[in-house]
Amino acid sequence: MKKYRILIAKPGLDGHDRGAKVVAHALRDAGFEVIYTGLRQTPEQIVKTAIQEDVDLIGLSILSGAHLQLSKKVIELMKKEGIASIPVFVGGIIPPDDVPKLLEIGVARVFGPGTPLSKIVQEVREVLEGVASTSES
Amino acid sequence: MYDKEQLRRIFDAFEQWQAQVESDLKKYPERKEKFVSSSGYEFKRCYTPLDVSELDYLKDLGMPGDYPYTRGVQRTMYRGRLWTMRQYAGFGTAEETNKRFKYLLQQGQTGLSVAFDLPTQIGYDSDHPLAEGEVGRVGVAVDSLKDIETLFDGIPLKDVSTSMTINSTAVILLSMYAVTAEKQGAKLEELRGTIQNDILKEYIARGTYIFPPEPSMKIVTDIFEFCAQHMPKWNTISISGYHIREAGANAVQELAFTFADAVAYVEAAIKAGLDPNVFGRQLSFFFAAHNNFLEEIAKFRAARRIWAKIMKERFKVTNQEALRLRFHTQTGGSTLTAQQPLNNIVRVAIQALAAVLGGTQSLHTNSFDEALGLPTEQSVQVALRTQQIIAYESGVADIVDPLAGSFALEALTNQIEEKVWEYLQKIDSLGGMVRAIELGYVQKEIHKSAYEQQLAIEKGEQIVVGVNAFQTKEERPVENILKVDPALEEKQKQALRQLREQRDNRAVANALKELKQAAKEGKNIVPYVFEAVKCYATLGEISDVLREVYGEYTESTSI
Repeated sequence: MKKYRILIAKPGLDGHDRGAKVVAHALRDAGFEVIYTGLRQTPEQIVKTAIQEDVDLIGLSILSGAHLQLSKKVIELMKKEGIASIPVFVGGIIPPDDVPKLLEIGVARVFGPGTPLSKIVQEVREVLEGVASTSES
Repeated sequence: MYDKEQLRRIFDAFEQWQAQVESDLKKYPERKEKFVSSSGYEFKRCYTPLDVSELDYLKDLGMPGDYPYTRGVQRTMYRGRLWTMRQYAGFGTAEETNKRFKYLLQQGQTGLSVAFDLPTQIGYDSDHPLAEGEVGRVGVAVDSLKDIETLFDGIPLKDVSTSMTINSTAVILLSMYAVTAEKQGAKLEELRGTIQNDILKEYIARGTYIFPPEPSMKIVTDIFEFCAQHMPKWNTISISGYHIREAGANAVQELAFTFADAVAYVEAAIKAGLDPNVFGRQLSFFFAAHNNFLEEIAKFRAARRIWAKIMKERFKVTNQEALRLRFHTQTGGSTLTAQQPLNNIVRVAIQALAAVLGGTQSLHTNSFDEALGLPTEQSVQVALRTQQIIAYESGVADIVDPLAGSFALEALTNQIEEKVWEYLQKIDSLGGMVRAIELGYVQKEIHKSAYEQQLAIEKGEQIVVGVNAFQTKEERPVENILKVDPALEEKQKQALRQLREQRDNRAVANALKELKQAAKEGKNIVPYVFEAVKCYATLGEISDVLREVYGEYTESTSI
């Protein structure tokens, strides 16, 4: 079976990396290959890394309130680079009103504080296996 | 504190009781096999004089206000003056935050605490490409002296004390604050307040570093030196365990890594020729208050004793004022839940009570909606009222260190202290904190603890009410989450463009040139930053000059 590669990225200037690192660790323990970008990545850098590392899914961690602008920019760039089929997950401090807005932008899943790691792992599996089976058919 | 005969009798009684417990347990087992603290050590079933039989009152506790300050840094504590109620606030533009400050002061808050947005914290002007979407988000946007003048408009800086959460650009904000105060007619020597200025924890827990550790430490000691001479009432640093705790450390690690940072600052300052008896008076600390009530109270009491010993024994400090650990506390942001958010009011109250029983000098209480976004005026009011209820209704402020002598609390205080010394020895053996950070040791310890805590929640070993137990099917969404108007970013940029046109650009260029020269020559840069700030050089311009001289830090991305 293919070993999926996941990019966990911290876009913008936000320095809160506890969640990103914990999620990265859990995904690794669940058998995924995980690449963590570190802090202060521009959307351009993130998309570039996603292409270079040939990842299957991108997780953005944003706790600074800039989630709408940053997610939008990442997804726009992904479209421009022709990698829009890679699903994007967003986690962080996301006001409830902004969740539908993120989904509309093209984010696949949004996770707020208190989300169990098991749920994140499960949804990553579901989305990736969904993606994989469609591309096979 | 007990004679031998008494202890023998207590021991006999304890043994008897223990035997009865063992037999009871067969029929009525306890809720859990082990009861563990947040730091992983086991709580005993019941503490007795046997657990504190070695305690020497005068040596280990002392009277309040006396070495080793376990019982508090003042003789009368809150009977004299209550702690400073200081809510961290800031968002949008200076004009908006100025309104929030005035609201808080009018509500009975007694000190100010400024939150800056990320571009300000990382040395970018609001029109820098990396600032896009971040202007005014997590704090107020500051580009130049002009913004600070607006921020404190109508607030007499000679009368209030102001805390500023600012680190890698602390020297710039301190200068802007001081210049604004002088313009208001205040004298530098009468200004009271704090700059966080704790760069080491930025590398391990908070992430707003700019320069590599070495030049960063140089700026920190420049500020120590400048303030010792010109701003004696100013706390030149707030050595912070708060963010270390929030990043995942436990209570013991919070103290251990904070003091390891503190030792590094003191050593750097001594190396720069400064006297710890003098600059030591201006060091302050910042801790978190989390949910484990007794452990947290014990932590604060242990902290004072450890710091007093470090300063006296390690650094041979004799000035009493430089031995006292004075600290600010904030309730634990990471303990807030997005689920059933009103429950957070109760968590905050318990945490705030621990801080007060632990003898804090100032306190920020979180608002219940902060796991969802920025707090509203209403939620901030509840948070502030929580402090006022503790202060005026609970009675706990009327007796100094009222829990001293509790068998459990004194035993926990000792235990935490012991474990902190173990960590400090380990860090010394690695070559000190700067080295331990470079090696990634501290980051790994924090991450390991964060991951273990999360796993404990996943397995249900740690209950979080509303999250992994007692969930409700339908969540009532919190209304009125504060939104920062995206138009403010444009407004801020517009004002910045205007400033650049209207100021004396020749004076700016000149001041920046002199600053660069001073930084290159290793001079104390503070007076040069003052001059640059006075002619309205921007925060980004000043930071760029320093970036050119000092270089930039990049973190390792290993998990």
